[in-house]
Amino acid sequence: MCTYATVRAELQGSAKGPDSKWFHVTDGTVYFDHPVHAMAEHTLNIDFADPSRGPAARVAVELTAQSARELVSAIEAALASAPDALKV
Amino acid sequence: MLIHGPGSVTGIWIPPDAINAAVSDSLHAETITIAGHGDDQVEAYISSSLHGETRGGVVVIHHMPGYDRSTKEIVRRFAELGYDAICPNLYYREAPDAAPDDAAATARANGGVPDERLVGDVAGAAAHLRSLANSNGKVGVIGYCSGGRQSVLAACNVDLDAAVDCYGAFVVGTPPEGFPLQVTNLVDQLPNLRCPLLGLFGNDDAYPSPAQVDELDEILSEHDKAHEFHRYDGAGHAFFSVDRPSYRVEAANDGWERIEGFFDTYLGG
Repeated sequence: MCTYATVRAELQGSAKGPDSKWFHVTDGTVYFDHPVHAMAEHTLNIDFADPSRGPAARVAVELTAQSARELVSAIEAALASAPDALKV
Repeated sequence: MLIHGPGSVTGIWIPPDAINAAVSDSLHAETITIAGHGDDQVEAYISSSLHGETRGGVVVIHHMPGYDRSTKEIVRRFAELGYDAICPNLYYREAPDAAPDDAAATARANGGVPDERLVGDVAGAAAHLRSLANSNGKVGVIGYCSGGRQSVLAACNVDLDAAVDCYGAFVVGTPPEGFPLQVTNLVDQLPNLRCPLLGLFGNDDAYPSPAQVDELDEILSEHDKAHEFHRYDGAGHAFFSVDRPSYRVEAANDGWERIEGFFDTYLGG
């Protein structure tokens, strides 16, 4: 199915995108739906984007549900391992 | 060898069936601009015969991943089957000239395609087909996945002669609790369905589920709306998608035969 569900987050950071160039990331779009490339019927998809630079300014990731959960755990673990003073 | 008419070419007798086949698969395809919803100029991909035979038309609604290569292949297939076919780029406003996947991501981030705009774009595409010199005046619509729902939506609001819904979710049914859907079902619009509907569904699909297909069947019957449903075991969602793991060759092949027969009945000369 097309889930239509889309969750957005405001982000501050950078990503390496089209033409191997870094760009400033302002938006994260997260949705569980059909992938474009991954060999699965549905995936957890994340677009790291800067809409002000046009539709091509994004890094797209398509992960199986299990992979997405593992990524969440890895992000949480990495954040937890860092001193609070560094996490501003 | 280009064959212009029945009879002999360089001394060889050509049977009429061979001539028809040769004419039918000589195609033209290009990107054009049409007037869509609100008279917006919208990009569209069109394919038709090189020979200008009188034909019906088919509006192809692309799936949520966008106005992509696989959808354009479907447009050319309908031209080969004997129709003028067109697919409007539903994401053109948000992302003109963008790659299809980037355009789809932008459209999704902006909230998707509003139903009202979809109806206007399909109406514009149908009007363009009917304006062609070789049009027989009949136009159908077909959509896959999210486009399946949009095909039914268009058929409830636009003057069309036939519609095909390929596994569209939320034509009927209530989204699960807590599910942040931005679409509504079409139950209140189904009494306005203006043309016969062909529905093609996988019995392993959850959206639409077999129970939802039953519900749609019952509602259409209650309103005395002509419809024909085919449901396939061993197939789930997106069984027509030849480049995805969901592809199911038996269901897809039978589905294409059903589509050909349906459009021949309602869009033929």
